[in-house]
Amino acid sequence: MSDEEDDIVLSELDDDELVQQMQDDLYDGLREEIEEGVNILLERGWEPYRVLTEALVGGMTIVGNDFRDGILFVPEVLLAANAMKGGMGILKPLLAETGAPKQGKMVIGTVKGDIHDIGKNLVSMMMEGAGFEIVDLGINNPVENYIEALQREEADILGMSALLTTTMPYMKVVIDTMVEQGIRDDYIVLVGGAPLNEEFGRAIGADAYCRDAAVAVETAKQFVSRKHNQMAAGG
Amino acid sequence: MADPDDATLARAGLPATGRGRLLLIACGALAREILALKRAGGWNHMDLVCLPAILHNTPDRIPQAVRAAVEKHRDAYDSIFVVYADCGTGGALRRVCDESGVEMVEGPHCYSFFEGNAAFAARDEITAFYLTDFLVRQFDAFVIRPLGLDRHPELRDMYFGNYETLVYQAQTDNPALDAQARAAADRLGLAYERRFTGYGELATTLERLA
Repeated sequence: MSDEEDDIVLSELDDDELVQQMQDDLYDGLREEIEEGVNILLERGWEPYRVLTEALVGGMTIVGNDFRDGILFVPEVLLAANAMKGGMGILKPLLAETGAPKQGKMVIGTVKGDIHDIGKNLVSMMMEGAGFEIVDLGINNPVENYIEALQREEADILGMSALLTTTMPYMKVVIDTMVEQGIRDDYIVLVGGAPLNEEFGRAIGADAYCRDAAVAVETAKQFVSRKHNQMAAGG
Repeated sequence: MADPDDATLARAGLPATGRGRLLLIACGALAREILALKRAGGWNHMDLVCLPAILHNTPDRIPQAVRAAVEKHRDAYDSIFVVYADCGTGGALRRVCDESGVEMVEGPHCYSFFEGNAAFAARDEITAFYLTDFLVRQFDAFVIRPLGLDRHPELRDMYFGNYETLVYQAQTDNPALDAQARAAADRLGLAYERRFTGYGELATTLERLA
């Protein structure tokens, strides 16, 4: 059989087959195919939020699980993330228009002295996919950046990332400053990065250490819902 | 004796010879440098065993590997010294050394002790990506292939987009390595700087043991 006969024509697949194929394409990091698939589903009348959750987040969750289990490695995850970014680029403006559910707002950034942002960017993307609004401060952030953004944006969550053992202690500087200013308990503080662990997260006073982007999303959802429940009970 | 080859140092390390009273347990990336210092100093009382240098890419595995090496060799030597700095272990290697009653090199990593810990800290250069002699020779095995850049060069800027300069910390004067390091910088899209460090505090640390 020729290659041409092997080619899958996305527009000829029914919805279920297309979503399955898009999850496979996401796994393989095929950005153009993902963009095409997103456009086809939108043309078929799918809500942007449904495209996002079923095709993109669903696919990226499989990628995340296989990364956690040692089946995929960083390069493959980056390719998949790049493909998802292509789909998100199409969906993001539409999500804003169509009033997709909002989970909460997160200020996120890599700490002072650290320029690594791969993990942070993955978390940002998955959090956006889960309905969180993200304010990304980028890299090399001093404590003032975090606190100013948290207050300006009236955020729910602070996310801090570090790749280096030499920079991760700065997370404690940020949390200690929040305590000094009496604002620590106003926010959910999540931390992550390759050299961190749960013990470190506890020791510096974070609410949780998140091992990967999927855990960050689940943890954020739990904390936000707990916060809402507390507010409801208190009110 | 000829120096061990880099591929072996990367994957297998270097076995101890069993000669000498003091055992150095080192990263394979430092083997040639330690052997050169040992020869120059005539430090025949020192023996050297190296762990696989590729542990550099998985620092969380270094503490346990060092602990196992200390336990394996402890009875055969009067004393043991660990030729690793913290190396991305976040203090875990220091705890292992303290528990095992052995000393280790001061500093966060070899880039720092080659240049001198105080001088390196004073530079505070966060956008520099460092290579040593060993890492220049093993650039493909330690950087390009593990990051998948051989298969997916388009990922380069996701990894290195925030870096500005590749700093080659030269332990030796070697024009061929200089050219290789410059090519590595070009490949990563970074400016290039060669900085001669010699053996830095690796030398002064080992001299204290001599």
